[in-house]
Amino acid sequence: MKLKCDLTIIGGGPAGLAAALEAKKNGVENILLLERDKYLGGILPQCIHNGFGLQYFKEELTGPEYADKFISQIEKHKIDVKTETMVIKITSGKQVLALNRDDGLLNINTKAIVLAMGCRERTREAIAIPGSRPAGIFSAGTAQRYINVEGYIPGREVVILGSGDIGMIMARRMTLEGAKVKAVLEIMPFSTGLIRNKVQCLDDFNIPLKFNHTITNIKGKKRVEKITIGRVDKNMKVIPGTEEEIRCDTILFSVGLIPENELTTEVGIKLDSVTRGAIVNENRETEMEGIFACGNVLQVHDLADFVTEEGEIAGRAVGEYLKGKRKYRTQSIKIIPGDNIAYVVPHHIDYIVPDRKKIKLFMRVKKPAERVRISFKDNKGKKLASYKRKIVTPGEMISLFLPESVLTEQLKSVTISVKKENKE
Amino acid sequence: MKSTSLVCIKCPKGCRITVKSKEDKIISITGNDCSRGVEYAREEFINPVRILPTTIKVLGGEFPLVSVKTEKAIPKELLLKAMEEIADIEVEAPIKIGQVIKDNLLETGIRLVATRNIRRIQFF
Amino acid sequence: MKVLMKADVVIVGGGIVGTAIARELSRYRLRIILAEKEDDVAMGTSKANSGIIHAGYNADFKTLKGRLNVKSNSKFDKLCQDLKVPFKRIGSLVVGFTREDLSKLIELKENGEKNGLNNLKIITGDKLLDLEANLNHEAKYALYAPSAGIISPYELNISLAENAVINGVKILLETKVVDIVQRDNQVIGVLTNKGLIETRVMINAAGLYADEIAEKIGDDFKIKPLKGEYQLFDKQWGRLVNHVLFPIPSKLSKGILVTPTVHGNLLIGPDSYWVKEKDNLATTKKGIDEVYKGAKRLIPDLPRKDLLINSFAGLRANTRGKDFIIRASKKIKGFINVAGIQSPGLSSAPAITEMVLDILREVMGDIYPKLELNYRDNFVETLDEQPRFADYLNKLEEWQEIVEKDSDYGEVICRCEKVTKGELLRAIRRPLPARSLDAIKRRIRTGMGRCQGGFCGPKVLKILAEELKISSLEISKKGENSEILKSKTKEMIKEKNS
Repeated sequence: MKLKCDLTIIGGGPAGLAAALEAKKNGVENILLLERDKYLGGILPQCIHNGFGLQYFKEELTGPEYADKFISQIEKHKIDVKTETMVIKITSGKQVLALNRDDGLLNINTKAIVLAMGCRERTREAIAIPGSRPAGIFSAGTAQRYINVEGYIPGREVVILGSGDIGMIMARRMTLEGAKVKAVLEIMPFSTGLIRNKVQCLDDFNIPLKFNHTITNIKGKKRVEKITIGRVDKNMKVIPGTEEEIRCDTILFSVGLIPENELTTEVGIKLDSVTRGAIVNENRETEMEGIFACGNVLQVHDLADFVTEEGEIAGRAVGEYLKGKRKYRTQSIKIIPGDNIAYVVPHHIDYIVPDRKKIKLFMRVKKPAERVRISFKDNKGKKLASYKRKIVTPGEMISLFLPESVLTEQLKSVTISVKKENKE
Repeated sequence: MKSTSLVCIKCPKGCRITVKSKEDKIISITGNDCSRGVEYAREEFINPVRILPTTIKVLGGEFPLVSVKTEKAIPKELLLKAMEEIADIEVEAPIKIGQVIKDNLLETGIRLVATRNIRRIQFF
Repeated sequence: MKVLMKADVVIVGGGIVGTAIARELSRYRLRIILAEKEDDVAMGTSKANSGIIHAGYNADFKTLKGRLNVKSNSKFDKLCQDLKVPFKRIGSLVVGFTREDLSKLIELKENGEKNGLNNLKIITGDKLLDLEANLNHEAKYALYAPSAGIISPYELNISLAENAVINGVKILLETKVVDIVQRDNQVIGVLTNKGLIETRVMINAAGLYADEIAEKIGDDFKIKPLKGEYQLFDKQWGRLVNHVLFPIPSKLSKGILVTPTVHGNLLIGPDSYWVKEKDNLATTKKGIDEVYKGAKRLIPDLPRKDLLINSFAGLRANTRGKDFIIRASKKIKGFINVAGIQSPGLSSAPAITEMVLDILREVMGDIYPKLELNYRDNFVETLDEQPRFADYLNKLEEWQEIVEKDSDYGEVICRCEKVTKGELLRAIRRPLPARSLDAIKRRIRTGMGRCQGGFCGPKVLKILAEELKISSLEISKKGENSEILKSKTKEMIKEKNS
């Protein structure tokens, strides 16, 4: 089947939903939202825990409730949605090829594309944990789907590797469902998830969180029987003699998320090697004009609220793009990660926007630090702005504003660095 | 004087709060970035409470489960007990977001409500 | 004793050898049973190996290994075409760095020529880099063998089994041999955990366990498991190399190779070390490091380790470096050993089969009453084409026609490997049906990709349970005691209360 539309959005999670609604508000008429699962909301419907919406709605919601706020709007605005539809390929000529049961092959000619495919979980294999390959090894999100959507508990005695949010949330969820979570292991000396999740998911249930620990062996032929864990040194090498065995039938891996950028790279869009998402400007537009990216496919966020915010940025930008009245700067401003900054999104600033006051920059630090100053400097080393922070950790994304007033015509780059605050 | 360290969970910021107390009476609360931190620290010190999110078995629905939560936070020590009471509940589809699944959970006066819409499946 | 079934020939072992023999024998009017102890065929050495069809220059021309490999190599084109198994003749390069390496390459070439290979070439200098741009630039020489190829070993194994089933062979899974029953110094039955199978001939193709089976009738040889670990990179990396790249071989093995797979992944491995247990398939820290290091020697720009999507280990059925053991037992009539089939076992399978057929002819004439080999007139040589969506990505209009006939082929269930529900249902309904997640994975690749089943696992499990009309709790990863799920939600809380 051949289709024509103004905007095709790939992915019906929080990023895609927000992009669709915001594009609609900004005058984009003919929108098509493609989702591979049976329902809209992406991962949110399986995230049954609370903690969503505090930033965006100023009220605390669960994942399904948060998703529903947007899904009901999509329905109200009669935005075209195709669920259980898998996008196979996009082209630089903005053709989207997709497949589903009812239409078969869909050949969509579109004026703009928003990439909102989200991310996948890093697996046991990607971190090369040795041992056997029995049943009982899951990524935390897969376990979450089994428990919260399918209605099955994958294990009775559980060890979780990785203190990311999903890992900690699953520790509580499985404990509430009657499983015994024996330990959460974290190879870093700090938690990679939100502190609140450590408090209410682990501390509340006396689940031990072992820092600087990893799994060194998995045993069991048919089902996981036991694992060996060990303490690691600064170089992540296991310290001999620290190894101990834990009996368990299940291991959950919560060892990071990877943006699902196969469609993106296949069409030839370059990725940032740190975020593993596309390189974008402040409009979340990739280096291929008219193709935008937002949410976890661009950078893995901590909160769905930030994903929504980014989806809206992309949605608005599509509106401007289709109206065709964008004004480019004479030279693009490069945003460069400096000391202790792992990455910054967006990667460059390309447009002149008359009534803009500031641009929000998202970033993560490489290592935790306390009492720091984060400063923005231009290509000559002149300070443009700076912000104090009591504490920064890689687990919590930082968002800071770059004031429009400093964006002079000559500005070539902005370098962002984190330094210890000097006590004077 | 006793000093208790808490991490505020009211928002993702996770302020590290110190509660100074004497004979279970709060003397000072410090470390919070906003007023919700005071509220949280007081509550957490005297009677810690949590929202309980979980699922309920659905009959005749498009999915086998519906996600639910306690409308308000319940005392922390009741979480596992509440799960026992919830384990026996079944609910017929269709279900609407906000629909009360159970009144007065564990005599707390707090209601359990659905957090997702579930359509009924028609069997022909 | 309960007689389960009656057969003329019982084949023990559902690996590449057992199923290839089963298929070959199904050309004849015989009652054939294949007994496999696991929940699927291709569960031992045949599942985890390099997937190479070797040219045949490695083994000495005086050995079976040398002779049968070369004899088999040319047969794979037709075999794979008949059975619709992906096979690519991409050629291999044994790579050398020093003068000493060069003399080894010349030795290999001469040996290959003795084995009957006349297309081997020594390639040097720039020509080498023309063939393999990403090869270590210090590499100076290579032995080029154009007839080497790559194949999916378990897919060949499964297809052989399916073709055998179509032609009347009965495959009994989860059926383990307990004893061999004999009378008057002749095989009369095979006792299994499921009951007695009466038979006149037994073929021992039990892989790693062939020595234990042979011991039951007094034949004496030992199979030692020689482990090899492998690592697999995602599909985008398969293009890094064009040929199967080997280092200079050692006495024990052909060394750590780098090769694209037929599905476009990049495979590296194996290392090689002895283990005691015949079911020890664990990967090790040392192995993971060694394989990566070994492969990096050939391809310095190997993808980063964190881009690995899978590691696994296989066990070679080693006879301490000796030759294949393919012969009728001298202890008892009606018993044939096909043992010690380590590399180049996969590459030699077609010729092994022919050799077994010749031995069988003699054995059948030797037993009382005699058995005869007579052709069946309705042998089906081929399997039907089983279209895979992943193969149609550049001709999507053709896939549209398939979806129009059956909309299940329009529902993509595995995003990494691009597999549709139609392909899954087909795998469950095939002549040799898949019953576990791993069995499905080997047939249609769900879970083979970068997410390792994280997304498709729950979907496949659900559809499998619906299709087999059993509870999701009964679905396993690889047979009994490897069930994926432990309980329904809320049941564990209720158990604690009662």
